[in-house]
Amino acid sequence: MSTTILTRPESLSDRKFHYCPGCSHGIAHRLVGEVIDELGVREKTVGIAPVGCSVLLYDYVNFDCIQAAHGRAPAVATGVKRANPDSVVFTYQGDGDLASIGMAETVHAAARGENITIVFINNAVYGMTGGQMAPTTLTSQVTTTTPFGRDCGIAGHPIKVPELLSSLEGATYLTRVAVNNPKNVNKAKKALKKAFQIQIDGRGFSLVEIVAICPINWRMPPEKALKWLEDSMLPLYPLGDIKAEQGVS
Amino acid sequence: MTKELLKGNDAIGAAAIDSNCQCYFGYPITPQNEICEYFSEHMPKAGRVFIQAESEVAAINMVYGAAASGVRAMTSSSSPGISLKMEGISYLAGAELPCVVANIMRGGPGLGGIQPSQSDYFQATKGGGHGDYRLIVLAPSGVQELYDFTRLAFHLADKYRNPVMILGDGFLGQMMEVVVKDSKKSDNFEEPEKPWATNGCKGREKNIINSLYLDPAVLEQHNNKLQEKYRQITENEQRVDTYLTDDAELIIASFGIAARIAKEAVDMARDKGIKAGLIRPITLWPFPGKTFTSYSKVKAILTVEMNAGQMVEDVRLAVNGKVPVYFHGRTGGMIPESKDIVAELEKMGGAKV
Amino acid sequence: MAAKKSIKISEELCKGCGLCEIFCPRNIIKLDNKTNRFGYHPALITDEEKCNACGFCFLMCPDIAIQIERGKDND
Repeated sequence: MSTTILTRPESLSDRKFHYCPGCSHGIAHRLVGEVIDELGVREKTVGIAPVGCSVLLYDYVNFDCIQAAHGRAPAVATGVKRANPDSVVFTYQGDGDLASIGMAETVHAAARGENITIVFINNAVYGMTGGQMAPTTLTSQVTTTTPFGRDCGIAGHPIKVPELLSSLEGATYLTRVAVNNPKNVNKAKKALKKAFQIQIDGRGFSLVEIVAICPINWRMPPEKALKWLEDSMLPLYPLGDIKAEQGVS
Repeated sequence: MTKELLKGNDAIGAAAIDSNCQCYFGYPITPQNEICEYFSEHMPKAGRVFIQAESEVAAINMVYGAAASGVRAMTSSSSPGISLKMEGISYLAGAELPCVVANIMRGGPGLGGIQPSQSDYFQATKGGGHGDYRLIVLAPSGVQELYDFTRLAFHLADKYRNPVMILGDGFLGQMMEVVVKDSKKSDNFEEPEKPWATNGCKGREKNIINSLYLDPAVLEQHNNKLQEKYRQITENEQRVDTYLTDDAELIIASFGIAARIAKEAVDMARDKGIKAGLIRPITLWPFPGKTFTSYSKVKAILTVEMNAGQMVEDVRLAVNGKVPVYFHGRTGGMIPESKDIVAELEKMGGAKV
Repeated sequence: MAAKKSIKISEELCKGCGLCEIFCPRNIIKLDNKTNRFGYHPALITDEEKCNACGFCFLMCPDIAIQIERGKDND
């Protein structure tokens, strides 16, 4: 008789997460840890922590980790991977880090086809600083810097990152998942595993966007936040592969 | 021992390769484009890494990643591009990462001009980036020194786990001189082990490269540690060159290319019977204050720079009011002329019959 | 089909977000009326016998506060 234990992956430390109750970061961290465990690459992995709620990623992982300046994680990852091609390098970034201040680094890492994996947490706000508008904030969404709702005439339209990157030949795998229910959590894990495997096989750049809830800054309890994600975010940010290798599973 | 006629910018590249620099990340900007181009050819030939990054910001962050991985890495730029790198440099200093940054200065501020200047002295020695950090700043005044000081820079960067800046300028970068590569000079420049690097945690606990310390008591401890390091560097790494200072009554203080012109002015002044001498700081940080205080008996000091007056402030601080300090400078890419420097010396009371 | 061997929710790690309660298909997780030392209402299993270790609560828990041991049928 065999037993499976569902528990903390070895690639995560014992540190209690500081994230808000219901925040999707915790699920995303666990999935990344599980994938690294299952691929057996913990001792080769270097994580790049962003500026944002997950700046303390280095405390939560059980492998080498570098804290990067705001938006610069893909450039830092490039330096790490080029200096040490045997390492498994991933960045973990929020929507401001990746698509606002870091947009140039994101686009060019993809354009160069850097053999890295980007984990992109999209919760439509700037979490750590208290809920300001993000590049992925929806039209009419109220945030602390769009108190009357995002007016696209003034503040522009939300950005769909995998779609934006899809014209770049250097990008191998661009996909969008969510962690709003158990079925999607399992799909998200599969996508992350695929992305890391692509890196291990030397097949190029991958980005996994994880649509996430931010209950505190959305001013909603977790159950309402899940509903808002499903009703408002997913129509704009549809789940699925935006770019994937032909004929490769 | 080998001799090679090299352009200043190329000498930096040659020295980096000879120093086992594994990664160069850069971005084009005049007057240092040749550095990028040199590396683009020679790094792949040496089996090493060259990337033309999307910006100077990206380049310094690539250096941060490569340095964190435990390899020697460098970048280069010129004044406006160095401004872009300042955040990254602060992070490198805060995370105690070794690297070399070459600034081939041009006229500023803003887009300025492409002709040489020395107007980034403040930026290099007093910050530029935020926070209590210091860069070791080396000021070559010829192509040989561009080569030698780049080799020294990698050594000092690794020795102290700190970024080191080569402060050159467009004049030095473009000129061509013979470089003698003397392996004996860099015999003790062996690369140290880097057990702190984030290159995969096999067989050890994880390493973290970080400059964030949210607890103020811990951040203060970290700052104290950095300051102690800077004290050691100040104690041990001041470098300076002097010329005819033993019996000098008037001293010129100058660095980089301006010092070469000042040296000619010293000779011209001596021909006129003026007892002139030259103090040429090589480390702009740590500033060779000790040397200046040992010349407190001279009549006056004239600081000659290609800026509106930057190193002159450190000279004044060093002599602490004991000696009058004058300034002669040109800005915008204009080069000081030795005859004008001699005229200043004469005005300062150096004229002799 | 997997049969539960054990399920544990850590009172120390739980932040009372309620995601496990929302997704438990057998409605056997409820947030405690009492609070833990951090002021959160931690999740409790109300009927351990009914738990079949589907793992939904584990999947949705953002704090890895739930640990499940699963055995095979013949136990």
